[in-house]
Amino acid sequence: MSGFNKVVNSYEEAMSGLEDGMTLIAGGFGLCGIPENLIKEIKNKGTKNLTVVSNNCGTTNHGLGILLHDKQVKKMVASYVGENEEFERQMMSGELEVELTPQGTLAEKMRAAGAGIPAFFTATGYGTPVAEGKESREINGRHYILEESIKGDFAIVKAWKADTYGNLVFRKTARNFNPMAATAGKITVVEVEEIVQPGELDPDHIHTPGIYVDRVILGNFEKVIEQRTTRPSA
Amino acid sequence: MALSREQLAQRVAQELQDGFYVNLGIGIPTLVANYVPEGIEVMLQSENGLLGMGQFPTDEEVDADLINAGKQTVTMATGASLFDSAESFAMIRGGHVDLTVLGAFEVDCQGNIASYMIPGKLIKGMGGAMDLVAGADNIIVTMTHASKHGESKLLAECTLPLTGKGCIKKVLTDLAFLEIKEGKFHLLERAPGVSVEEIVKLTAGELVVPNHVPEMQFPT
Repeated sequence: MSGFNKVVNSYEEAMSGLEDGMTLIAGGFGLCGIPENLIKEIKNKGTKNLTVVSNNCGTTNHGLGILLHDKQVKKMVASYVGENEEFERQMMSGELEVELTPQGTLAEKMRAAGAGIPAFFTATGYGTPVAEGKESREINGRHYILEESIKGDFAIVKAWKADTYGNLVFRKTARNFNPMAATAGKITVVEVEEIVQPGELDPDHIHTPGIYVDRVILGNFEKVIEQRTTRPSA
Repeated sequence: MALSREQLAQRVAQELQDGFYVNLGIGIPTLVANYVPEGIEVMLQSENGLLGMGQFPTDEEVDADLINAGKQTVTMATGASLFDSAESFAMIRGGHVDLTVLGAFEVDCQGNIASYMIPGKLIKGMGGAMDLVAGADNIIVTMTHASKHGESKLLAECTLPLTGKGCIKKVLTDLAFLEIKEGKFHLLERAPGVSVEEIVKLTAGELVVPNHVPEMQFPT
């Protein structure tokens, strides 16, 4: 690497420095917009005792779900963990610690971490199990709870295109949690479908500026669809 | 007769207004999109980052990068916009969505809702439901009035862990359309052919019944 060139050429290099016990933030919604090859690299690497922060934990055989096979995940912070039998089994048996977090709160926890905000008040979750043990406050007649932001030792992100400086463009609903995840990692690794030269992306169209990005790698994506629903062709 | 899934969706659709931004939950709420009254425009918000959700794609149109909050492949309507999850929940939590429709296991006459967790059984998570109920002013809960065993789901106090506290004002069940105010359920309409007595029998929370309870109207 030199100057602002963030491009790395191997997955080993992309995930170097990830160690047992670290906190990993991952972009994606279901299997849409997930950094699938970076996840596979973590599986191959065999890193253990990870705290993983992501909206979902993949399915039994795809996405973050594959890290459960060898019990690499100690704790999962997510909003929705259905559609994954192995996850359910490990959660019910107590092998896996789970912190269910409302989806908007989860997005905000990442966004806040990236913006240097340690905690924020939200009405979401007030009076529910999510509020247990958290400070609450009444502001202008409404009740709010204090939620802390989440910083990751690593963030893994899937974008559509990057330039070599790490400026990112996402595609359709594959954007989801990825831009917030990108800001919340001490080291942010991005996997993309195409890498272009600086200047080729319209600066007005960049979703995530390269300042948040440490490493970029070009990947081949399987893009598994969870619920293929169609209408008949006319 | 209790309402069918389609009739529940049809009745909710009658609450849509021209120019509404609407978030539809998974299940029956999703069906509401099929019954938008003619002559009005609504835009559907999908909390994974799409405003202006279109119909399901044809085989040729399927795009793995374009799904809804139920993880189903979708298309975009004309004038759609795409954004990240923080932006999406800024819309929801900031109160910018005009109508939210979602399902529930239980509601009570304090406006509490339980919809995401049955301890010891089903633990899948709340997804965006806690944000939706806390952020929206106009929410319609669609649910069955009672369990298969005849146990009311409209209670004096929810027994399951809450999704939100004091946030529900309108409930549409397969038997009735009700409003929650001042700590009571108020019966507004009944399903065609369903008696007030039956609704009273299956409502555990305090229920206010006016002298005349109209039947719901459906286009034939």
